[in-house]
Amino acid sequence: MSTNVLMPALSPTMTEGKLAKWHVKVGDDVKAGQVICEIETDKATMEVEAVDEGKVAKILIDEGTEGVAVNTPICILAADGESVSDAPKAEAKAASEPKKKEEAPAAAKPAAAKASAPPAPKEPAPAPEPDYSGTMVKMTVREALRDAMAEEMRKDGNVFLMGEEVAQYQGAYKVSQGLLEEFGEKRVIDTPITEHGFAGLGVGAAFGGLKPIVEFMTFNFAMQAIDHIINSASKTLYMSGGQMGCPIVFRGPNGAASRVGAQHSQCYASWYAHCPGMRVLAPWSAADAKGLLKAAIRDPNPVIFLENEMLYGHQFEVPEDPDFVLPIGKAKIERPGKDVTITAFSIMVGKALQAAEELAKQGIDAEVINLRSIRPLDTATIVNSVKKTNRLVSVEEGWPFAGIGSEMAALMMDEAFDYLDAPVKRVAGLDIPLPYAANLEKMALPQVENIVEAAHAVCNR
Amino acid sequence: MAKPANKPKAQSSVAKPKMPKAGDNSVSPDELKSYYRTMLLIRRFEERAGQLYGMGLIGGFCHLYIGQEAVVVGMQATIEDKDAVITSYRDHGHMLACGMDAKGVMAELTGRSGGYSHGKGGSMHMFSREKSFYGGHGIVGAQVPIGTGLAFAHKYHGNKNVSLTYFGDGSANQGQVYEAMNMAALWKLPVIYIIENNRYGMGTSVERASATTELYKHGEAFGIPGERVDGMDVLAVRAAGERAVEHAKGGNGPYILEMQTYRYRGHSMSDPAKYRTKEEVDKYRNERDPIDHLKSRLLQQKILDDAQLKAIDAEIRKIVGDAAEFAQHSPEPDPSELWTDVLVGA
Repeated sequence: MSTNVLMPALSPTMTEGKLAKWHVKVGDDVKAGQVICEIETDKATMEVEAVDEGKVAKILIDEGTEGVAVNTPICILAADGESVSDAPKAEAKAASEPKKKEEAPAAAKPAAAKASAPPAPKEPAPAPEPDYSGTMVKMTVREALRDAMAEEMRKDGNVFLMGEEVAQYQGAYKVSQGLLEEFGEKRVIDTPITEHGFAGLGVGAAFGGLKPIVEFMTFNFAMQAIDHIINSASKTLYMSGGQMGCPIVFRGPNGAASRVGAQHSQCYASWYAHCPGMRVLAPWSAADAKGLLKAAIRDPNPVIFLENEMLYGHQFEVPEDPDFVLPIGKAKIERPGKDVTITAFSIMVGKALQAAEELAKQGIDAEVINLRSIRPLDTATIVNSVKKTNRLVSVEEGWPFAGIGSEMAALMMDEAFDYLDAPVKRVAGLDIPLPYAANLEKMALPQVENIVEAAHAVCNR
Repeated sequence: MAKPANKPKAQSSVAKPKMPKAGDNSVSPDELKSYYRTMLLIRRFEERAGQLYGMGLIGGFCHLYIGQEAVVVGMQATIEDKDAVITSYRDHGHMLACGMDAKGVMAELTGRSGGYSHGKGGSMHMFSREKSFYGGHGIVGAQVPIGTGLAFAHKYHGNKNVSLTYFGDGSANQGQVYEAMNMAALWKLPVIYIIENNRYGMGTSVERASATTELYKHGEAFGIPGERVDGMDVLAVRAAGERAVEHAKGGNGPYILEMQTYRYRGHSMSDPAKYRTKEEVDKYRNERDPIDHLKSRLLQQKILDDAQLKAIDAEIRKIVGDAAEFAQHSPEPDPSELWTDVLVGA
């Protein structure tokens, strides 16, 4: 059976090229892998190798020919034992692969023409939040986080904690206090200060069947590791056709602390929420912290868990129930109201609640929604609230451009446009690197009065 | 976790590898035949992939392994089923050596539903949990911390498995490689770093990219022993691999093998390879080819005769032909696949 050798493409964009030189002549025996000719484009010269062995039966394109289209037959190889003179007449079906493709069943044809994608499946509704009406205990956010990790580590031997100063030092912010004593150095691991390396190592451990909790001393330092978070942790499930899940939690304080300057004060919510393949959670209260961190550790996907240093010492009521866990993707209405909806997450929930108190004094009844989960976003709770209040103020500490508030505005366009009585108002950090000076820093971050002002603006009073 | 100053044993002066001599009974004729067969499979598979690329049936980036076959085949001979393997984007050879099906690999190259990632990964992103192959990674050096993490998981689980973590001379200067080596040595993780030094990171030679070109010494700062190996000789690779695996399985931590090898093709399909001379490429092809080398040995030792070699050729040609056929006829992924595998359980 004879074989047509076709003009190859050197790159996906090449359509034609020059046949620069033949290394074989009619009658030569060629072996698989042997260079038979050279082709040229304006960018490159490339050698063409024979894929099968055979005898050169006919050269179809002369050396020096310009503008040879890709996939044009350039020579015919006769198979072992076949007469060279017969070969040119032989049907050249063996190598005419593109032709074969046309004969292939319709399903196998590249469907380049039809470019429209099917619609995204509806996000599954979050599980309903269980009613924990039992005893409540007071604890700090710091203790809640520690308890969440300890309870999950007791339950599942594959859960371990690694990060800078998490073991012997008991946590740079004392979040992991007592864990080394209880779980030992096999499961509570101090790392060197190498975020890129240990984030990647954590991803590998997750691929290897473990459930790592990777603590970043702050999320500012996770920028060193962002390649592994996005490229390795969040995309591999998809790129592997569903084989390589990555159950891992990246956690640590996010956002501005207090006067630590621009490099240490930044909110990453919109950075991570931009990317598919991950969950992004941002608790406010101790109950959020405990219930969501437990859910994060149990989740089979990568989870970005954004804490806040300023909240670590705050006390809240937390259900005592050892099975207390919160569903991922469920926002919480912290304060019901009828005049304006205020969405916020993390430390800004407290500021929004203070603003609501101020507004109440001024006759405006604000509904405050604690987002808790940035991705997936509980759009139903937000949209239902706006259907009632007809007004939305979004609050976040991060920058306004392409921020979470921008997403809120887009959500209103998509799902609540007809219900709005005023344009959406965004309250966000100023669009500058965070300054150090106390007065400037305060001006750069959203304050209660900014939220009050925004609520007045959307209420026209 | 204070680390005793453990003096690297095998490094600095290149260890004299105990080369299996002709007739060395540590390598059986069946083993030699199987190494020849797998190397030939990789060679023919890659040639066909190059051809399908030339026909526009494979898109994007496509990095061929032609010339480097002895490295992965020699190393694979030293490990067991559950040992993890992970590499860069020049990964087709590693997958075939791990026993992954040529059809599934080729169909992934053509972006079809029958591919290992259902057509959603492509040449650089394929995996098989069943064969303990953890990818296929497209970011230079990223597989090194991940491979170290696989070793961490082995140690955590208390099993005796190792992680073979392959990377090229191009990755050898990446910061994350040294972060990973430090942790591997600090925690004595069973990982073997296999540097496939094919002399060029894309178009930049090792001499122009590395301040010190003895890459096997690049773990010295962490006390990681290393040795330089003739990566064009499958038996030299195997012998060195056995030392490394023994070291790692013995709880002694990581080990570095610098494989001196050569890729005959460009960095990727669109690389004209102007940075090296044709003579240099021809010299490797004609004098150092790992497959020719083993073929002469098989003939010399009368393990196989010409007819038997021809039969192997035909068998490989059939596997590769079937793979190419499958890869062109497997349907493109259903549009609904767009939305699957983004999250587990969502």
